[in-house]
Amino acid sequence: MRRLMCLLACVAVAAAGCEREARRYTELPAAANRSTAVRLTMLQPGSPQPLSNVQSPYQYNAYGLSEGKRLYAAYNCAGCHGLNGGGAIGPALTDDKWIYGSHADQLFSTISQGRPDGMPSFGGHIPDQQIWQLVAYVQSLAGMVSQDAATSRNDDQAAAKPENRIEDARQIQTGHR
Amino acid sequence: MGAPLIQSALHPAGIQAARIEHLWWVMFWVCSVVFVAVVVAMGIAVVRGRGAASSASEATLARSVAIAVGLSIVALLVLLTEGELVGRGVASLREQDPNALRIQITGNQWWWDVQYLNPNPSLIVTTANEIHIPVGRPVGIVLRSNDVIHSLWIPALHGKRDLIPGRVTEIWLQADRAGFYRGQCAEFCGLQHAKMALGVVADLPDDFERWLTQMRSPAPAPTTPSQTRGKDVVERGPCAMCHTVVGTLAGGRTAPDLTHIASRSSIGAGSLPNTRGNLGGWIVDPQHVKPGNHMPAPGLSSEEVQPLLDYLETLK
Ligand code: HEC
Ligand code: HEC
Ligand SMILES: [Cu+2]
Repeated sequence: MRRLMCLLACVAVAAAGCEREARRYTELPAAANRSTAVRLTMLQPGSPQPLSNVQSPYQYNAYGLSEGKRLYAAYNCAGCHGLNGGGAIGPALTDDKWIYGSHADQLFSTISQGRPDGMPSFGGHIPDQQIWQLVAYVQSLAGMVSQDAATSRNDDQAAAKPENRIEDARQIQTGHR
Repeated sequence: MGAPLIQSALHPAGIQAARIEHLWWVMFWVCSVVFVAVVVAMGIAVVRGRGAASSASEATLARSVAIAVGLSIVALLVLLTEGELVGRGVASLREQDPNALRIQITGNQWWWDVQYLNPNPSLIVTTANEIHIPVGRPVGIVLRSNDVIHSLWIPALHGKRDLIPGRVTEIWLQADRAGFYRGQCAEFCGLQHAKMALGVVADLPDDFERWLTQMRSPAPAPTTPSQTRGKDVVERGPCAMCHTVVGTLAGGRTAPDLTHIASRSSIGAGSLPNTRGNLGGWIVDPQHVKPGNHMPAPGLSSEEVQPLLDYLETLK
């Protein structure tokens, strides 16, 4: 019995490790297809539907998260949101307050469609796969992904904690105030 | 000899590489002589067996040891002197030559960004993965890195020099013979390190000037409807996010400059010869050619690919 438990534990660890290490260079994983409409408000007609629980396919994936970090600088998100997401002319992404919500599908539509007060729309310009990598990375800035997959410290001097040391906090959606 | 040896330190095409080759042969012969001497001495010892040694006097033994040590020191001195001379020779080109050409090469995972420096910013030429240099003129290559440590090695022209993030290094070389040489990243830098080659074309001075003038021109305007459609794909599709084509709306800075892509001999940093078929294959699925490289499959429709190729082929 104990041997069996041991074996099962090993398999579980290996399986978890596999997802962390998987490098999917081409295909867009099935979870990337959003099934529910993205809501920006809790006001709904009829009985309220629960929020969708779509996740970025890269939530637990070290490669996808590190690609997100690279793209965050390459596509100049850093120019508006700060190199470590601390905020500049765009809002901070490291705090727990979100104008348009912190769920993966909400972030996806923020990046893909853009937002009226100055957030450019990246949809159609970059592949959806990269948007999902950015979604996962943005979530990691607020401690919303697993710490063992999140990216670690920068090579240069950094003012902020590395992403894999940021703890999860309760995220709230504030809307414009 | 069959194929031209484009990436061989034993077939130098420039003064530094020639000195390095010279040092290599000196080292080879000194070490060979020492090696043979050691093997012969050992053979004699084995053949003569124990008997002879026990009968030899203390003085003879001491003399033998002294001779062996003396010979080793001589060999070492020869190598050191030779190394010092070659080192000085290799470094001597570093002295600023007013006629020198300056090129800046920035390493990226897994391609080389190239800029021909000029005090006049409008004359700076940006390209990638393939450089042209004039024969008989010293070339200073300024080396930087955008991500991890890479190393530039063009065996026919010089030894290695690392590209280190946050630090600028420089290497001086000169080609004495026209031809095509191949350089290679020589410091493991990640998944596609092996497919990170740099083409070096050593041109006669006139050819070089002609090439440089051509490189300063923006992309030509499309002339056929298909080319126009192709340009549209570049400007409105994903390409513009990463690539620059001077003279169009595409101004991305995270990937090789494509303004003169058709004039390069290979694509994907030496991964494939630059033919229409290979270019098409690369654009449809770069991850198949070079898995893990930083260009995602752009997801173009089949009606977009042919016009795109028609357009890219005009970027001479
Ligand atoms: C030109 C500047 C600019 C760039 C570039 C930019 N953003 Fe933004 N971003 C903004 C502004 C301004 C807002 C606020 C929009 C609003 O309030 O309507 C915003 C909002 C956001 C939000 C929503 C924040 C919230 O509280 O709900 C996210 C997430 C975001 N940006 C991510 C990104 C990512 C990822 C990139 C790079 C792919 C990026 N941004 C590039 C300016 C920019
Ligand atoms: C997300 C950024 C990105 C996008 C979008 C992108 N590329 Fe690339 N491209 C790259 C990178 C990075 C390389 C270098 C890859 C390597 O060699 O490792 C590259 C290489 C190339 C090369 C080979 C260049 C050379 O000198 O070796 C060509 C040609 C090319 N891309 C064409 C295109 C076209 C056409 C499109 C649009 C359909 C496109 N790319 C979209 C990032 C991108
Ligand atoms: Cu390398």
